[in-house]
Amino acid sequence: MNTRAIQFWYRGQIHKVDNAVPTRSVLQHLREDMHCTGSKEGCAEGDCGACTVVLGEEVDGELRLRAVNSCIQFLPTLDGKALFTVEDVGTPAHLHPVQQAMVECHGSQCGFCTPGFVMSLWAMYQNAPTCPGREAITDAISGNLCRCTGYRPILDAAKAAYALPRKALDTAPILSALARLALLPPLHYQSHGHHFFAPRRLSELLLLRAEHPHAKLLAGSTDVGLWVTKQLRELGDVIYLGQIAELKRIETVEQGLEIGAGVALADAFAALIQQEPQWLELARRFASVPVRNAGTLGGNVVNGSPIGDSMPALMALGARLVLWGGDYRRELPLEAFYLGYQQNALEPGEILEKICVPDAPAQGRLFRTWKVSKRYEQDISAVCGAFMLQVDRHGLIGDARIAFGGMAATPKRAPNAEMALIGQRWNADTAEAAVQALADDYQPLTDLRASADYRKEIAASLLRRFWLETGAGVAITRLGQIHEVSA
Amino acid sequence: MNMQRDPGPPAGTQVGKSLPHESATLHVTGTAAYTDDLPELTGTLHAALGLSSIAHGRVIRMELDAVRAYPGVQAVIMASDIPGANNCGVVIHDEPILADNDIQFYGQPLFAVAARSHEVARRAVRLAKIEYESLPAILDMDEAIAAQSWVLPPAEMARGDAASALAAAPHCLTGFAKVGGQEHFYLEGQIAYAVPRPDDSLHVYCSTQHPTEMQHLVAHALGWRSHQVSVECRRLGGGFGGKESQSGQWACLAALLAWQTGRPVKLRLDRDDDITITGKRHPFQCHWEAGFDEYGLLQGVKIELASNCGFSADLSGPVNDRALCHLDNAYYLDAVAIRSLRCKTNTVSATAFRGFGGPQGMFMIESIMDDVARHLRLDPLAVRQRNLYGPAAGHERNVTHYGMTVEDNILPQLLAQLVETSDYHARRKAMATFNANSPVIKRGLALTPVKFGISFNATLFNQAGAVVMVYADGTVLVTHGGTEMGQGLYTKIRQIVAEVFGLPVADIRFTATDTSRVPNTSATAASSGTDINGQAVHAAAMTIRGRLAALVAQLSECQPEQVRFVDGRVYAPGFSEDFADITRRAYAARIQLWSDGYYRTPKIHWDPATRTGRPFFYFAYGAAVSEVAIDTLTGEMKVLRADILHDVGRSINPALDTGQIEGGFIQGMGWLTSEELCWQQAGAQRGRLNSHAPSTYKIPTGFDVPEVFNVALFDGENLEESIYRSKAVGEPPLMLALSVFFAVRDAVAAACGPGSRPPLVAPATPESILRALRHGREGA
Repeated sequence: MNTRAIQFWYRGQIHKVDNAVPTRSVLQHLREDMHCTGSKEGCAEGDCGACTVVLGEEVDGELRLRAVNSCIQFLPTLDGKALFTVEDVGTPAHLHPVQQAMVECHGSQCGFCTPGFVMSLWAMYQNAPTCPGREAITDAISGNLCRCTGYRPILDAAKAAYALPRKALDTAPILSALARLALLPPLHYQSHGHHFFAPRRLSELLLLRAEHPHAKLLAGSTDVGLWVTKQLRELGDVIYLGQIAELKRIETVEQGLEIGAGVALADAFAALIQQEPQWLELARRFASVPVRNAGTLGGNVVNGSPIGDSMPALMALGARLVLWGGDYRRELPLEAFYLGYQQNALEPGEILEKICVPDAPAQGRLFRTWKVSKRYEQDISAVCGAFMLQVDRHGLIGDARIAFGGMAATPKRAPNAEMALIGQRWNADTAEAAVQALADDYQPLTDLRASADYRKEIAASLLRRFWLETGAGVAITRLGQIHEVSA
Repeated sequence: MNMQRDPGPPAGTQVGKSLPHESATLHVTGTAAYTDDLPELTGTLHAALGLSSIAHGRVIRMELDAVRAYPGVQAVIMASDIPGANNCGVVIHDEPILADNDIQFYGQPLFAVAARSHEVARRAVRLAKIEYESLPAILDMDEAIAAQSWVLPPAEMARGDAASALAAAPHCLTGFAKVGGQEHFYLEGQIAYAVPRPDDSLHVYCSTQHPTEMQHLVAHALGWRSHQVSVECRRLGGGFGGKESQSGQWACLAALLAWQTGRPVKLRLDRDDDITITGKRHPFQCHWEAGFDEYGLLQGVKIELASNCGFSADLSGPVNDRALCHLDNAYYLDAVAIRSLRCKTNTVSATAFRGFGGPQGMFMIESIMDDVARHLRLDPLAVRQRNLYGPAAGHERNVTHYGMTVEDNILPQLLAQLVETSDYHARRKAMATFNANSPVIKRGLALTPVKFGISFNATLFNQAGAVVMVYADGTVLVTHGGTEMGQGLYTKIRQIVAEVFGLPVADIRFTATDTSRVPNTSATAASSGTDINGQAVHAAAMTIRGRLAALVAQLSECQPEQVRFVDGRVYAPGFSEDFADITRRAYAARIQLWSDGYYRTPKIHWDPATRTGRPFFYFAYGAAVSEVAIDTLTGEMKVLRADILHDVGRSINPALDTGQIEGGFIQGMGWLTSEELCWQQAGAQRGRLNSHAPSTYKIPTGFDVPEVFNVALFDGENLEESIYRSKAVGEPPLMLALSVFFAVRDAVAAACGPGSRPPLVAPATPESILRALRHGREGA
């Protein structure tokens, strides 16, 4: 395969890069190589949003725009895409409605976080032709921290932008440029002694893995990005999975949903919510919009963090993984995938191909999933729990699947609690028996997110809440249900 | 969401308007340049720091050969390479720029590297091999108190006979309250860019609230004198007190490396390093004893107040003194005895943070109010109202425990107005009904007042200087000692100058704040920025206007007082010309078109020995009502509604003032709820700060803003002759967030039953709330 430059749409033309280290971040490139200093570094770990940029990709003939954190995106992952930064949106003399509204609503004070907010709001504005509600607006800026304003004027500005004459992005030249880029061969970039591959087919991946068995696999880089920015690790050769079409498919099959490992968390959650609306709150609280736009469901699963928030619910729903070894596929239940802390069942040469989530039976399934963290948005769970009961027509629990994150070295099911439920009627005594049994399922750790005791206590609390909501019929059990103030 | 009520402009045309921030269009387009955005000079080097990995002990051996040999490294400096004073302690010289041998906290800088890129420098510092001898480390206040470990000796403040008052009181209660520290989390991290200049001089671009102090520290570190160093700052990406003394170390290190290499050196801290090695808000705790009558009126209070100052004194003396001066908050304390302990621990030195000890002092008295009310089963609001200082007109109960008369107490009226507009009593009733019927979710409500003293406690800092230059074409360039960190100082100053000259604001521009333009400046801190710099600028502008008026009076044969400057023109009886025509005439007539201006705050005095006097020019007031809901299963919490009524005197810019109020409130809410600093308690890394990044330290996000958020400015004016009768607004609103904490406590108490005093400590994280629920229910 011949090497070539990284090519992407940037500031009105196709931009080529051929001498940057493959792990150079988009933010470093913007600030240090291009001297475009509008995007800021606030944390270099994808948590503050001062570096937010928007990526454009062609999807079904349309330009799909998504905000991401440029501090943890490696430059070669931009190949074939369009990059938009605050420098593209407007100038002091010609402000975009989003910028105009930010000025008029006093949405900036120190101004350092402001370009990031502008980009998140610009992406929302482009994607939503009419003004979304408060919930969607706070979600759109969930990846942006502001320490000065208290956010109220920024929330107001998000709305006010829609009251100004609409300014649409002319996507035609961008789409035609992206079409030209799509004709290029898959990226093989080489610089400073390292290779970066972006295959487009599984078959290409197979060959690359055979030739470069030590190459690191990279998906959304929402975790691997930090290996570089924070731990200063050398990744060596990298194979990027983000361009492989087969891994980006979401398919509805007879048994349920099949989600390709490379599907962005944002898209995966949209499909999962459609299949099971109880995902909604968890999806909303999972990291932030830019992280959900960049990160993949497969990455979350394979990373196998004990506090990965998708896995408890996937386990409770009976998700199965399809592993692909080049000339064979094998399937296993998600809970069998984790062998220990940061250890999984992937054999050398295997990758996760897709995640299969079965549909609910026609009736009798009770399901809930919740996380608990110090902050509602963009935080890491102290505990994340998921609960599924299958109640038969005699009112007996036929199947029980309970799983937790934050309670063990891996996301893990709760066999004792499950045993206490199976075969019983779903009533207060059963629930209490399960709560008691749950105490034997986990020996959590104390860390900065929670003490071991607190973790055990709220794991039990979430199980109690599951009973209160699905069995006891208590109307209000969650803060999310409270909007009205007293009066 | 409701918009603030605009009290309307005073007589003038620019002051009183809700103009946008002077850099707003630059902010939103990404064209506002911060220190890291300035074009770099050829040959610029980038610095990184080697940090200690123990909390307390000695360096036995530091091997830096591999660091020096790393490709791209140009210089490595250690304590022994510092030609001048190895000190960045600003009050007491107890804080080294680089630790020489004694290590006093985990992450203390030991050496610095300059290399061709930031990344190379960061990689190089990790190659150091350091051997330590560890000593036992003190991490918290209880350990420090047991070991009598102080950065400064304990202090007392008292009035009357507290012991007798306590003995005589019908009711007596003891309690304990505790509030955590807070990381500033300015979005722009610490940064300094030092540029060597000919003839042994240096220019330093620095994100700092205190350019003059940077100038002094850099000069001392180099063994130079002040006139060899200039420090410049156009804007900061947030400060909040964290770039007052705390920017000194980085300015010094950039300067030392620049001096050693002869090349420009930029030192920008990585976020994790920044949070680990820069100071934070002081955690405080308090054991108290209160005597009161059956209505909750306090008769005597004894307080032992302790703060965790970290390893060095830094600003801990004044911070603790301000805490003492705010232990009363809005309440008259008749007989009071306070002992203040300034604990020395092996943690990063605590420092200035918006409110500067005031919030912590107020937290304690509000805890006492809350406990007294719960003990008596009264609405805490009633107890708070009962204990307020006497009203403005009265002469009883209006002298603080440090001897200052509260001359314009508007709180009784302000509270009454807020109770009414927030519908407090009806909501209190509705809430009781809700709580009786809701087994899992409980609501809480609290109204807390704020009275905050304005001026630096140390009298000498209450001075400011400015230079106003009018060019012959009628445009104006202003420079002053204050720094722009987002608070809108430059915007308000621009309005003041525009007001004086009757010019549109576009005709007024600024230079960056620069020690070579205005010397001997004070930190932009203590909410004083507009108060003192605004007056200095006003004085300079008035001097020039006086000269122009005299010229026009001569031309039009009238008295100078008859000359008016309005809408870009100058009027006198029978005379009217553009401002620019007058300035051209003035230049031709050889009239000086520029002037300095100077201001010192009147009336203030403070006796540090007795801790009495009038430390504050005036007080700013406010109050907030917050309603929260808690989840008694998990301890999670949500703020549902906040109503704020705040006193900014006569506002120079209502929109900016509202921005300070809302931003301060949300920042205070973070301090008291989700922002938790976690130090490693055991093992080899004992003393390491584990919450050192936004992934682990959680400031509020947009979701956390209450859906109903009503903010109004109190209609009034400053009794004192402040600039356009405005009041300072930087710090006071932070303390409005105490209402959130006490609303949480109200909700916890609702779950625990009547008369309970749940031991809720701040920050009220979900875990803290659940613990308080458990202990409250057990009656602990």
